[in-house]
Amino acid sequence: MHFREALSSSTTVTVTVRAFARYAEILGLETTTVELADPATVGDAVKRLRESIPNGHLLPDRPLVAVNSEHALAEAPLHDGDELALLPPLAGG
Amino acid sequence: MQYVTRRPIDVHALLSQVADPALGGTAMFLGSVRRGEDDGPVDAIDYSAYQDMVETEFAKIVEEAAAQWPGVRVVGAHRIGLVPAGEPSIAVVAAAPHRAEAFAACRHTIEEAKKRLPVWKKEIFTDGTEAWRNNDQPERDAEPTPS
Repeated sequence: MHFREALSSSTTVTVTVRAFARYAEILGLETTTVELADPATVGDAVKRLRESIPNGHLLPDRPLVAVNSEHALAEAPLHDGDELALLPPLAGG
Repeated sequence: MQYVTRRPIDVHALLSQVADPALGGTAMFLGSVRRGEDDGPVDAIDYSAYQDMVETEFAKIVEEAAAQWPGVRVVGAHRIGLVPAGEPSIAVVAAAPHRAEAFAACRHTIEEAKKRLPVWKKEIFTDGTEAWRNNDQPERDAEPTPS
């Protein structure tokens, strides 16, 4: 799936979003892309997903996330081509 | 050496990776799928992971242990896929010149792994029902799988 909307900014960033475990079940997908006005943050991407995807509102406002395989905060910037991972509460071991 | 595996954990292979005549103390932690009184009739746990991130994050944890306890050698493994009750899902082995550093590095590594590695588990019960389980979740409060 690809979510695109009219953006006032002339510059955009496109990020790949991956969902895992329970979040993948809730959203019914494991990967998607979002296009956001530049500059964009993790929080912007999560907000878009919560509003655009069926059942997206079931995601937490501030889920645990990683950007390019590194733990990240909602305020972290996103750049074109980044991979944003939505991580349910961790349960290893 | 890859940390994530779909095969049963090979404890002897892990021990051989840290074997060194200079390292006189070796500590191992093995975590297995539990079916205790508080867990319900757990038949198995289905583990999934964000594998690329697990590998990079575990490497960082090992580097941190090596920095904190110089001379210590740490390896580990996390099994994913279906792991039957009673079988190990995670292993950490730490070898050091003396036991104190080996125990400390092993403890540090398993605690950080539980906190930081993107791994998830879905409990499979003997009656066929399933539930996601978080590490910080009380045993009797597992999240039912959405229908």
